[in-house]
Amino acid sequence: MSQKSFVWSCLLPLVMVTAAFFLLPMVRLVVTGAEGPQGFAAYLAILIEPRYRATLINTVLLAAATTGVTLIVATIAGMFLQRHRFPGRAVLIAMLTFPLAFPGVVVGFMIILLAGRQGLIGDLSSRVFGEKLVFAYSIYGLFLGYLYFSIPRVILTIMAAVQKLDTGLEEAARSLGAGPWAVQRDVVLPALAPAFVASGAIAFATAMGAFGTAFTLATNIDVLPMLIYTEFTLAANFATAAALSVGLGLITWLILALARSFSGSAVAAAG
Amino acid sequence: MRYRLIFAGQFVFTLAVAAFLMVPAALSISAGVTVSYFRGIRSGVTLQWIVQVWELYAGTILLSFVVAFATLAVTLLAGVPAAYALHVRGGRLARVVEELITLPLAIPGLAIALALLLTYGGFGDFRRSWLFILAGHVIFTMPFMVRSVLAVFGTIDIKTLDEGAASLGASPWRRFRDVIVPNAMPGILAGSLMVVTLSLGEFNLTWMLHTPLTKTLPIGLADSYASMRLEVASAYTLIFFIMIIPLLVAMQLFADREQRK
Amino acid sequence: MSTANGHGASVSVQACGKTFADGTRALESATLDIARGETLVLLGPSGCGKTTMLRIIAGLELPDEGGTVLFDGKDVTSEPIEQRNVGMVFQSYALFPNMSVADNIGYGLKVRGVPRQERAARIAELVALTNIAGLENRRIDQLSGGQRQRVALARAVAIRPRILLLDEPLTALDAALRDRLRGELNRLLRALGITTIYVTHDQAEAMELGDRIVVMRKGTIAQIGTPREIYFTPRNRFVAEFIGAANIIESPVEDGHLVLSGGRQPLRSGINLAVAVAMIRPETIQVVEAGRAPLSGTIDSVSFVGDRQRLVISGTSRKPLTVDAPNAVQVRPGEEVGLLVAPESVRLLPLED
Repeated sequence: MSQKSFVWSCLLPLVMVTAAFFLLPMVRLVVTGAEGPQGFAAYLAILIEPRYRATLINTVLLAAATTGVTLIVATIAGMFLQRHRFPGRAVLIAMLTFPLAFPGVVVGFMIILLAGRQGLIGDLSSRVFGEKLVFAYSIYGLFLGYLYFSIPRVILTIMAAVQKLDTGLEEAARSLGAGPWAVQRDVVLPALAPAFVASGAIAFATAMGAFGTAFTLATNIDVLPMLIYTEFTLAANFATAAALSVGLGLITWLILALARSFSGSAVAAAG
Repeated sequence: MRYRLIFAGQFVFTLAVAAFLMVPAALSISAGVTVSYFRGIRSGVTLQWIVQVWELYAGTILLSFVVAFATLAVTLLAGVPAAYALHVRGGRLARVVEELITLPLAIPGLAIALALLLTYGGFGDFRRSWLFILAGHVIFTMPFMVRSVLAVFGTIDIKTLDEGAASLGASPWRRFRDVIVPNAMPGILAGSLMVVTLSLGEFNLTWMLHTPLTKTLPIGLADSYASMRLEVASAYTLIFFIMIIPLLVAMQLFADREQRK
Repeated sequence: MSTANGHGASVSVQACGKTFADGTRALESATLDIARGETLVLLGPSGCGKTTMLRIIAGLELPDEGGTVLFDGKDVTSEPIEQRNVGMVFQSYALFPNMSVADNIGYGLKVRGVPRQERAARIAELVALTNIAGLENRRIDQLSGGQRQRVALARAVAIRPRILLLDEPLTALDAALRDRLRGELNRLLRALGITTIYVTHDQAEAMELGDRIVVMRKGTIAQIGTPREIYFTPRNRFVAEFIGAANIIESPVEDGHLVLSGGRQPLRSGINLAVAVAMIRPETIQVVEAGRAPLSGTIDSVSFVGDRQRLVISGTSRKPLTVDAPNAVQVRPGEEVGLLVAPESVRLLPLED
């Protein structure tokens, strides 16, 4: 066998698997989305129909809030961990990265244990204020869940970016008379911008499309993945579910593609 | 003085973040071995919940391993040669293929699952078997394997090694076996750990693709969260932790070793 | 020496050009014959097509339509490298990191199904030949650059190739090591007596190693010849300037003399041109007292380079002249001197390249 045909035969299994179980299904999904009573207009429904639009806005706001808070929290913790050496640091990093492998359902359960009916927060609040604080099953619980999910990932990205940072830049700024805050503001944070964009995009796209956490917390939280799920399984409204998921897929893909073109590195959503 | 204050502030903040992540996990672990979560650890320590989970859900754990290792096998067989082909061939086609297989990372699992259901839902036997779940997991994890191997190829000039082996008379297949795969090993191992970990925890796709007879561990978890008492759900989560911790530790050790090189 | 196949094969490259998929023309159609046992050096700056030529001979690149490669008269154009029985040393050595030194050297034999014992004997032979005894069980990343180079050579030679191909094998090494290994390599190649094609951009390497040198430029062959031919009778300005130092002088000619601002330089008899491009090597110019030679000039600078001194002289021709003088010649910057050049040392080049 010649080198050329060997290379092709190396590629063949992957191409077949991808074509059969990804490309073909995606085409089918797009076609199904247009097979409903509204035809291709179904794709506009996500923007036009008030109920869907409200859900979309809700989801985007939730994802944006998650992204913002995650970035702030992870930047503070990540920079701290990368810049200082102290006993117990390795343990702390291990603790912060352990939840990386948690699927969304488990994250949902973690939030139930924190803020659910038998949760820690409710327990403490009833002891201190005499009132049981329970918010796991609302959009606030979901927000907390997405934070739980995103913080470990973003911390890792920021730590890697800080490690690669040229300390010469900071020393140069200090040699020019910049104080600690000015150095952070003018040198460090701008140098970390690509990492912020990349990891922020992942956090955003994940929060847009994640399903497991919302599913565990409650089926009536008004976010896009839950809407798709209920349309498909409960209402058996295949066309709408397909159109909505194509829309959702487009949004997340677009955000990641934009982030990638900005930061120049590979960016992918996490499950 | 000022630096110490900043240090202390950041330290406390980081500790708080760690607590946010770790306290619920610790609660879950303790609840899984406590007689009554409501009464707390005073009620005594027990393995009864773990036993109960095993009786109820052993099948899901087993199936999860079956799916995870089948996924690993497929991603190895299809992904490693493909990474080689993409690297050697290069050019626009390689970029397009890489882009395509990475796409499942950018699209919510729910959408991919719907697409699979709409396409293959009518093939009853396939739909009802665990192979349907396997298809979803392969699509979802493939990019991790391919990229992990590609990353290694990017650092070791595999093309020249390949030419070197060719100049000594080795056929393409022989070169792949003797030179390419052994030198791609770090990437293959890292990719394998990733694939198994992701497959074991995959829920978004699996929830849509499973049937009552093909439940994996995360499906069982969701089921227990919805319908079982907290102690059972916790015990089940504890089993999941025990399963993935070795994988996580292996991944971490591996990453450290690679970094030291 | 037990290279049983003696002196390898003759190579004939016929009308081989190479255009890459992106449209880059790396090599214009070229024809080249290499005799059995000869060491041929492909020399030129980066991007001149020398490596492409080597890779076509190796079987790593296919020549454009119409080109053929013959080994001992047999057409091997469509055979991939693994079927050509050539030995190749890569610029980066391409040693397999997953194998020990001995396994690297023995890999080609293993692929050919040579039994273990015979393989071990051959490996031992090559280890001795290339002076790497004691390193057999080392991993590749435990070797120094020079050791890697030897292992790569041993590996390429182990299979008793018909043709040995070396792609800038010394470029990755530092200067001192390069000089030493060059001598070693020369002795080894002479001892093996195998047909060798050697690619380099370093003219000193080319001069020392090559039976013949092919000077290449922008995908074409600029000149083929022995090192002496290339040095003393370059065919054009590019070759003259690329090999060694050269003064290139453009000037009008009047009855057999170059007419320069510093005087009239006689040419070999029988030259009948109006304008000439002449090359004069710096070491062929003799510095004498002012007025004792047909040419004169002023010393701009004197730099001592060890075995000789290099002078830059202005006022003789339009561009300053470079002159290599023995250390015994006593000169100071600013001094007026006479310059003596034998007519045979003035090499006339074509007016246009």
